[in-house]
Amino acid sequence: MEQYFENIHSVIKLNTENYEIVKHRNQITYTIPKDNLLDICFELKENPEIALDMCVDITAIDWLDKKHNRFEVVYFLYSMNHNKRLRLKVQISESSLLCPSVSEVWGSANWYERETFDMYGIKFEGHPNLRRFYMPEDYCDPETGEPLYPLRKDFPLMGIPDSMPLPPYPEKFGDVI
Amino acid sequence: MGLDEQLQKDGFITTSIDAVIKWAQNSSVWPFPLGISCCAIEMMAAASPRFDLARFGSEVFRMTPRQSDVLLVAGTVTYKMAWVVRKIYDQMPDPKWVISMGACASTGGMFRSYSVVQSIDKFLPVDVYISGCPPRPESVIKAIMMIQDKIKSKEYKPALVNFGKDVSPMPHQGSNSVM
Repeated sequence: MEQYFENIHSVIKLNTENYEIVKHRNQITYTIPKDNLLDICFELKENPEIALDMCVDITAIDWLDKKHNRFEVVYFLYSMNHNKRLRLKVQISESSLLCPSVSEVWGSANWYERETFDMYGIKFEGHPNLRRFYMPEDYCDPETGEPLYPLRKDFPLMGIPDSMPLPPYPEKFGDVI
Repeated sequence: MGLDEQLQKDGFITTSIDAVIKWAQNSSVWPFPLGISCCAIEMMAAASPRFDLARFGSEVFRMTPRQSDVLLVAGTVTYKMAWVVRKIYDQMPDPKWVISMGACASTGGMFRSYSVVQSIDKFLPVDVYISGCPPRPESVIKAIMMIQDKIKSKEYKPALVNFGKDVSPMPHQGSNSVM
C-alpha cells in the first residue's frame, strides 16, 4: 500500500482495534466506532503526513432492516497538500441516534451535519447549532406530532399530507393573507 | 377615417374610458420575472433582442412586484417557496395576472416528491400555463399575448386601481425563520 495510506492506517490502528477497511477502485473506506471518531478525525487533520484538511461532505445511509445498525454516517475527506481522499463511516443504531459532531475539527461540517440531521434525524452531539436545514423547523406529522425525516427509507415519497401547509387560495382581487 | 386624419381635422377623438384603459393596459403588460429555476434562462431569452418581447409591450421586466402586472412564475415551487410566491403576488397591485411557466410550475414536473408543490394553481389563480421543460421563448411570448387577449376580451372590465395592500403573509416556517 502507498505510504500515505499506511500513515492513515497506523493512526486508525493506534486509536482503535475495532475497524473495518474496504478497498474498491483505489478508494479506501474505514468503518470505525463512533467513540473514537473525534480522536481519529483530529489526528487525521493535524498530522502533517496525512493533513486531511478538508471535509468535502457528510451524509448518511439508511439501511432500514438490511443491517444490524440502521444508520451509517459517511465522511468524505480530502487533503489539499497530498491530493488524496479518504472515506470514513460510522454506524449509528436506531435506538440512540447519537453521533459525535466533527464541526470543531472541520468548520464545514457544521452545515453538513445540520443537513444530515434534517434528513435522517441523527443527533450530532456537541454541534453548536443543530437546527433543521431545509425543512420547516416545526416539520412534523400533523397527527402524531412526531418530527419527520424525509430521506429515511420509511418516509413516503410524496410526504405526509398537511405536514407542510400551502398558503390559502386568494378568492378575489386584493385578497391578502 | 384614420386616426391621423381625425387628429389633424378635429384634434380629438371620442371613445369609451373602458377602451382607452384596456388599450393602455394591453400595450404595457409588465411581467415580474419570478425566475426560481432553469425556466428563468428561457424567460430572459424571451426578453433578449433575438426574440424581443418588447415588440408586444412587455420589455420592462419590473424587479418589484409593485410595478408589475403579470407574475411570471418560471420554475419549481417548493412548499417553503410557496409562501414567498404568495407574498409577492399579494404585493402586486390589481389588476394582476399569473403565468405558470414550464412543467414544474404547472404540474410539479419531474419533481414528484414531498417538497415540491404539484402545480401552483393549488394556491394561486393561474391565467395561462406554458408547457415545456423548459419552454421555448416563443411560448413565453405566446403566453403574454394570451394575457393581452384576456385584457382585450369583453369579459374583462377594468376597475379602479387598487394598489397592493401592505400586509405581509404570516410565515409558517418556525421561530427562526427569516421571513
